[in-house]
Amino acid sequence: MQDRGRLGVLLVAPALAAVLVLFVYPLGYSLVTAFQAKGGGFTLGNFSKAFEFYSVDIGFTLVIIGMSTLLIALASIAVGGYLTLGENPRAVALLRWLYRWPLFIPFVVAAQCMRTFLAKNGLMNNTFVGLGILDVDQTIGFLDWRGIIITFVWKQTPFVALLVAGAMASLDRATIEAARNLGAGRLRILFEILVPQVMPTLVVGLILSFVTMMSVLSVPLMISGESPTMMTVDMAFRINNYGDYGTANALGFISYLMTATCAWFYLKRQVR
Amino acid sequence: MRAWIGRGIVFGLLAFIILGPLANLALWAAAEQWYFPHKLPVVYGTKFWEQVFKPRGDALVSLVTSVWIALATVAASLALAMPAGYALARLKLPWRTAILLAFLLPQAFPSLAVYINIARLFYDFRLNGTMAGVIMVHTVHGLVFAVWITAAAFAAVERDLELAARNLGASGLRTFLTVSLPLAAPGILASAIFVFLESLDEFTGTFFVGVPDVITLPLLMFTASIAGNYQIAAITALVLLVPSVLFMLIIERFLKADVLSKVGA
Repeated sequence: MQDRGRLGVLLVAPALAAVLVLFVYPLGYSLVTAFQAKGGGFTLGNFSKAFEFYSVDIGFTLVIIGMSTLLIALASIAVGGYLTLGENPRAVALLRWLYRWPLFIPFVVAAQCMRTFLAKNGLMNNTFVGLGILDVDQTIGFLDWRGIIITFVWKQTPFVALLVAGAMASLDRATIEAARNLGAGRLRILFEILVPQVMPTLVVGLILSFVTMMSVLSVPLMISGESPTMMTVDMAFRINNYGDYGTANALGFISYLMTATCAWFYLKRQVR
Repeated sequence: MRAWIGRGIVFGLLAFIILGPLANLALWAAAEQWYFPHKLPVVYGTKFWEQVFKPRGDALVSLVTSVWIALATVAASLALAMPAGYALARLKLPWRTAILLAFLLPQAFPSLAVYINIARLFYDFRLNGTMAGVIMVHTVHGLVFAVWITAAAFAAVERDLELAARNLGASGLRTFLTVSLPLAAPGILASAIFVFLESLDEFTGTFFVGVPDVITLPLLMFTASIAGNYQIAAITALVLLVPSVLFMLIIERFLKADVLSKVGA
């Protein structure tokens, strides 16, 4: 038995070493560099510089990701709810076919789609004008922080909805039928019976999607490269234009803090 | 009937939101000229397709680079993940849960901040701008899928079959090669496809580690888009879409419910 344990450790070691060398070490390096002055030695100067130049973008990153997460939550509850409670089988099948499309689409491709779709003279406004809903001079482009939110919601909703719909489908139908017999409406069943029960799945999906959105560079670069934009753009800018690792890593540290806070709230809920 | 009018409006809007951006991409890929105030392309044609796919053109070189990197990433991931997955599924391991979670780390932190530091560290080892450097970054990022799905695939193999082989006198290695491995193969293939797609679509890591010499397809698409070459960008984007959509259609064939239920367990 001792031998088998040793064999197991031996088999896991290479993969574990890869994660340690290629992820944990650079992660630690970034934490140290964030607090390091140019000549070495401890400083908070990187953070004051980060806040001085980029406080607007730090705020907008929170707004963009917060709003996106909220909208993704609502949209995936709506999709999951309709798939579970929808009464018309054909409409349910149609939604099941429709909502999954963006699931495996890469972020760069999603950004390229939206870059031409949401522009002032893009296909969206063209369609509205063509249908006579808008006049040519009434159109507005969405290629700014709102466009980033739209792209994130479009791309991430299928992933969270897939998890939520799966969790809802595996719930006990009896409680739903009972509530329905007692005269509860579908909206009430959704928010008072289904959502509380799938909450853990929903939160896990939202956290994974939160972290993913925090590290996407292509979408903010392609939708709106100018301030107000996201911290990822500023980090890339500090590195590529000034080789300024101090400030970039300070911004990185702030982005770790944001995800850590989010994960902490989740763990607190779990423990209680 | 009244219900279908309401549904029609809601579904029409939904289809517009979900499929509109994709239709838009397809239109740009087929357009030769499209300018304001025309609502649809003025001239359709394949001029840009010929430009993208001309022999030894940038796009073809990038496609080959991307595919090689993705294949090498799959090979490296499986070489690391298969022993680890088997050990996690079958052998006694101290701190098993902690080890399982360690592979999740690269997905649990915003990775951009880590990539810029990998690029800086790679500089000392002359790994910046090399295929090897990019492959290493992609491998670690995809390792969580590789290890978790492979472990689930091995765990889903019936233990009795392995024991029967051992009882008939097969060695541990022979049992692994002739019983466990073939039975776990569909799950392992699914993890390989996952890793392949992750690598093919990866942008941020390549952006920092691969420049200026390794230009993968997503980077080429990005450059074309920023330069305003929307036709080239749209065609490259369509090429990237093909494997993603194919995978969405066949995933359920490889990843059966019995394996899925054991992922991360």
